[in-house]
Amino acid sequence: MTRIAPGDLIGLGLLGVRTRKARAALSAVGIAIGIATLVVVTGIPASSRLALDRQLAALGTNRLQAAPVPDRDPPAVLPAESVDMVARIAPVTVASAVADFGQTVARSDRTGAGDFNALAVLAAKDNLLRAINGRVRDGRFLDAAVERFPTVVLGSVAAQRLGFAGLDPREKAPQVYIGRQWFTVIGILDPVPLSPDLDRSVLIGWDAAGKWLRFGGHPTRIYLQTTDDQVEAVRGVLAATVDPEHPGDVLVSRPSDALGAKRAVEQTFGALFLGLAGIALLVGGIGVANTMYISVLERRREIGLRRALGANRGQVRVQFLTESIVLSVLGGAAGVLGGVLATAAYCAWQAWPLVIPGRSTAGGLTGALAIGVLAGVYPAIRAARLHPAEALASV
Amino acid sequence: MVYAGGVTALNEVSLRIDDGEFVAILGPSGSGKSTLLNIMGTLDRPTHGSVAIAGSEITEMSDKALSRLRGERIGFVFQQFHLIDGLTAIENVATALLYAGVRRRDRHARAREALDRVGLADRSGHVPMQMSGGERQRVAIARALVNRPALVLADEPTGALDAANGAAVLDLLTELNRAGTTIALITHDRDIAARIPRQVHLRDGRLGAA
Ligand SMILES: Nc1ncnc2c1ncn2[C@@H]1O[C@H](COP(=O)(O)OP(=O)(O)OP(=O)(O)O)[C@@H](O)[C@H]1O
Ligand SMILES: [Mg+2]
Repeated sequence: MTRIAPGDLIGLGLLGVRTRKARAALSAVGIAIGIATLVVVTGIPASSRLALDRQLAALGTNRLQAAPVPDRDPPAVLPAESVDMVARIAPVTVASAVADFGQTVARSDRTGAGDFNALAVLAAKDNLLRAINGRVRDGRFLDAAVERFPTVVLGSVAAQRLGFAGLDPREKAPQVYIGRQWFTVIGILDPVPLSPDLDRSVLIGWDAAGKWLRFGGHPTRIYLQTTDDQVEAVRGVLAATVDPEHPGDVLVSRPSDALGAKRAVEQTFGALFLGLAGIALLVGGIGVANTMYISVLERRREIGLRRALGANRGQVRVQFLTESIVLSVLGGAAGVLGGVLATAAYCAWQAWPLVIPGRSTAGGLTGALAIGVLAGVYPAIRAARLHPAEALASV
Repeated sequence: MVYAGGVTALNEVSLRIDDGEFVAILGPSGSGKSTLLNIMGTLDRPTHGSVAIAGSEITEMSDKALSRLRGERIGFVFQQFHLIDGLTAIENVATALLYAGVRRRDRHARAREALDRVGLADRSGHVPMQMSGGERQRVAIARALVNRPALVLADEPTGALDAANGAAVLDLLTELNRAGTTIALITHDRDIAARIPRQVHLRDGRLGAA
């Protein structure tokens, strides 16, 4: 009989909030900000992580590169047969290569070679696109058939710098001038996210480079893919396979590692903001406790009346404790909503998928509840201790 | 009854009120009338002496038992009405049934009945701010009678009202007494006191004749 039904208790707890809305809103702001920060601080890294994971998955984490160690005297050179050796490593699914052999490109035979210095002329194996997950945007890639003629394919940036927006099959194919020889542009590539150096290059077929430009056949960068679970194993034997005599001359790298490094940065930021969220929650809790304390002082007559109507001390206590919890949880709910909206807005701006970790919202609301209890205990005890007759007589 | 600070508000008061009586408590300001009513209503405990309601001694009862006694057997009417601002008339009346564990739907049905009895059925959705003093006191009376208490204690229920409204309130209480409820009422108003069957006079905390 002395238990108040849960529905009635919520009604009692909402009374103070309903009758003093502005004050309730102000006192819950601190908790709302704290919880919103919590949701944002966990939601943004989670979203960014998912975006990064998807990006990595799309680009492939199963790719490795090998190149000669730079700045050696004499310069390190990879053996001509190294690409074939790499292709023979069992888990390697595809191996390809490019070679920078010191040529430069120009748009005509009259301009100086210096004009397009930033663009590299690379000899490319005809399976290059498969090894780098590259795509042709316009035209076609190099193959044995076209290599009988002097042809090139341009990276996306190279095409732009050379002034070819695209290839129109109805017009005469454009030409570029490399090493006293005209080459016809037969294709333009899409950007290659994990190998941006290819975007700034002019690609000539491996054999064609030997035929027209006296290319010696030494690769300067080997691209390969393997199965996901064998990446580390392949990485371990790669240098020795590429150059068994001078494995120290071979630099092995994994292009997806650079992207992965971004994660660590974000996590350190997270800890800082989590601390700020904690402070906001503490201040918010004090705000709620303060509001509850004032509420009890102001409502002494109501408390006295409820005692006259049959409320015992426990029932008065539970009413004010509930009010504190309601206040705090409403603040928490507003915070979750605000945090989700802010995270969604940021993710939309970054073009990331939205991730709101369930643990952060559940944890936030549970935290708000706990704060409500803590903040309400003392005011509720004060309310219950009031003497009925004195409380009724107070003004 | 001695208050902290040494004020002896009641001294050697022995009063017996029988079932169904209607008693007026009179006396000058500060004579201890409210103190006596609070003790009778278990809102205060006497420093010495004993109080029995319906045969049970209350001075040794727990807070829980006392609260329950108040909720189930005693109705209060105050000079300042003491309605809760954020609640409508019907919610204010229904609050008197909340602590007795009556279900919400039953509470509202009974509160509506009680408001009907005091002639305010059409005001059930109004909050105190939207009602006159007389109306508020009638809501308070509805709240006092909704749980059919055996005893109604009224501390200057007409004190804040004009003569007409005061008379209306007294009519309601008289009617309630006729239906069997025991009533003790404090008043300064001679006209009101004259309409009440038994009169008790307090002076300096002691019972006496007029
Ligand atoms: N809580 C208290 N603490 C100390 N003294 C009190 C307290 N309440 C009342 N008193 C004193 O006890 C005496 C009786 O007060 P009480 O309120 O019972 O008078 P009353 O007869 O109801 O007066 P009124 O007609 O003005 O309401 C007064 O002297 C008052 O000052
Ligand atoms: Mg008084």
